[in-house]
Amino acid sequence: MEPDLPLTPSQTAGPFFSMGLNQSENEGRLASPLGNEITGEGEAISIAGRVIDGNGDPVPDALIEIRQADASGNFRNPDFFGLARSHTGENLEAKFSFRTIKPGAATELEAPYISVAVYMRGLLTHVYTRLYFSDESSANEKDALLNQVPETRQHTLIAQHDESQGIYEFDIHMQGKNETVFFQL
Amino acid sequence: MPKIDLHQHPPYFYADYKSSHSRGPNQDPIDFSCLTALNPSEVVAEFAGGLRNRFAVGDLDHDLIRNAQQGGIPLGERMVISGQVLNQWGKPESGVLIEVWQANASGRYAHKDDGHDVPLDPNFIGVGRCITDKEGRYRFYTIKPGAYPWKNHPNAWRPQHIHFSLISESIADRLVTQMYFPGDPLLDYDPIFDAVPDSAKEHLISTFDLSVTEADFALGYHFDIVLAGANATPVDPEHG
Ligand SMILES: [Fe+3]
Repeated sequence: MEPDLPLTPSQTAGPFFSMGLNQSENEGRLASPLGNEITGEGEAISIAGRVIDGNGDPVPDALIEIRQADASGNFRNPDFFGLARSHTGENLEAKFSFRTIKPGAATELEAPYISVAVYMRGLLTHVYTRLYFSDESSANEKDALLNQVPETRQHTLIAQHDESQGIYEFDIHMQGKNETVFFQL
Repeated sequence: MPKIDLHQHPPYFYADYKSSHSRGPNQDPIDFSCLTALNPSEVVAEFAGGLRNRFAVGDLDHDLIRNAQQGGIPLGERMVISGQVLNQWGKPESGVLIEVWQANASGRYAHKDDGHDVPLDPNFIGVGRCITDKEGRYRFYTIKPGAYPWKNHPNAWRPQHIHFSLISESIADRLVTQMYFPGDPLLDYDPIFDAVPDSAKEHLISTFDLSVTEADFALGYHFDIVLAGANATPVDPEHG
């Protein structure tokens, strides 16, 4: 079946999206319903990273949105809300950060992952990628989508577990040698 | 499953839009549709759904004229924007979270990094949100935003616009866009608007509507939004 209506085109989020889309802005007045924490049963984890532009500089005004399954790999659990936002303008290091629970794998053909969307000034249409976990290497090896990605680029999708800090580090490179793999839905 | 059509959206690289040069990806995105064939469950985060009707908004969140007043009324031309959110098969999208943000009447955002040398308005923040009703309809009350200068090229001015963000059923439905005004002479000089394919430009411009206009109160504009929603029947992977 062919679609009937043309889509409304995308436009950049611009430099000032945080006043409308992030809870940390406007001193709590008109605060967004979406924050940077996901709560539920399971292993509590933290994720942090930077967005790096084509000049190698960290982007201080990028919005990151994540979507994930619950700890048993269920995306449709009505008691679990697996969507959150963070932006890189909240600190001097230009880092986004999330506190969440580690998702489970949905099927035997998949590894646990978090879906990631990136928006910023300069990006006319937002991009999608996925975050996989470095301490899930045997699950990652059989993941159906990861296996569609050229081996030399798979590392761009894997968050590195820093056990000393209890954090998964996930930098997103918009361009260059380590350009993150993005997906077209 | 919905599929984002990059021919209906602007490209990642647009020569006249300077910050796209270092921020848009250079490599082609990997087509996600391979997963439909490989994943028998077809339940993946991007298409899982379940986001509709999951958000709560405040009573005045849709009314930017009143939602930030500090004992006074915001300056500028009052306006009403109303419209309908549909998916590309024409089905109304109810329970959608629409978030908007904009400059005030002078052309300045209530954001710490906006250094444009015009006044802030103590009675206006320029932030609002609402949820679409059963027919996918929405309505905002606000102040017409001013045009503002930016540094992209000499004497660069953004046309008057309101930023829109929509969350419908899944992350694949996501849209972040900007709504413009009919007859704005700056549209001809704006690389962000110009990056949109010519055939699609009209879909970003609201229309003046006397039936939306409220007598003695505010001018009415109409703006419908079409999202890449899920099909009623699964897309044939060979042709979808
Ligand atoms: Fe703007």
